[in-house]
Amino acid sequence: MIARKSANVEVRLPSRMGYEKVAMSTAASVAKLMGFREDRIEDLKTAVAEACINAIEHGNRMNEGLSVGVVLSAGEDSLEVKVIDDGKGLKTLPAKPDIEKKMHGEEDPRGMGMFLIQALVDEAEWVAGSNGKSSYVRLVIRLDPPSE
Amino acid sequence: MSGWSFGWTPLVSREFYGDDTIVQTETKSRVEQFTSPAGHPVTVLRFEGDIASTSKEAVLGAYQALAKATNKIVLLDFTKVDYINSSGIALVIQMLIEAANSGQKVYAYGLSPHFVKVFTMVGITKYAGLFPDQAAALAAL
Repeated sequence: MIARKSANVEVRLPSRMGYEKVAMSTAASVAKLMGFREDRIEDLKTAVAEACINAIEHGNRMNEGLSVGVVLSAGEDSLEVKVIDDGKGLKTLPAKPDIEKKMHGEEDPRGMGMFLIQALVDEAEWVAGSNGKSSYVRLVIRLDPPSE
Repeated sequence: MSGWSFGWTPLVSREFYGDDTIVQTETKSRVEQFTSPAGHPVTVLRFEGDIASTSKEAVLGAYQALAKATNKIVLLDFTKVDYINSSGIALVIQMLIEAANSGQKVYAYGLSPHFVKVFTMVGITKYAGLFPDQAAALAAL
């Protein structure tokens, strides 16, 4: 069995749309170094991008004076990603999007981000900052057990 | 932002601040007309670049510029698209809503396996059939 050393990587992004791709590519690089399969790396990229978009748009309300922190912690068998903003965090998670309702104008066509995050990683939790700031979403993606 | 340290020293720290670097790739779109082997006119809407919140004109605008009466089958080409986020998916859904209301059929091809999975997860495949490539799509239409 290969012993993996833990490692941390930190990225700080301006609250500007498009910069989520910097976090996305950084997360992909770390996941690749850890030995994740290509399809899992693609899942992680989308989840990290959506978490950063939420942080930029809703957490920091597009205020370019605020930045979004992305903290990647590579463990032995999993990668944890925290995406941190200066918003108050979520009180409740939105309902799962419903394509039928969207097609019939009963639901906003947007609002897929959090659903995608939850669906694409092994763990996702949203934590409100205790002082009404520094809220974060924590994502975890696990490596497959080594085959015999 | 402030105060988001979690009590460890990062091994690597990268900061990307306030320069004019364009991180998102501009979306381009163009239209081509084909006739399927079955004899149906097919309008191919080809996209290139990222599909995100900034892509409204290239995605919805290009679709809305098509005459609805004469472009009954619309085929979306994602072959040259690497990045689609939830805002981009919302633009595709808006297009599907308009198409459904106009009696048009929308299909797509050229998505990576990951975005085939994402489109399936969000339910787009219920309203837009997916094909691996243009030849497979035209053969089926």
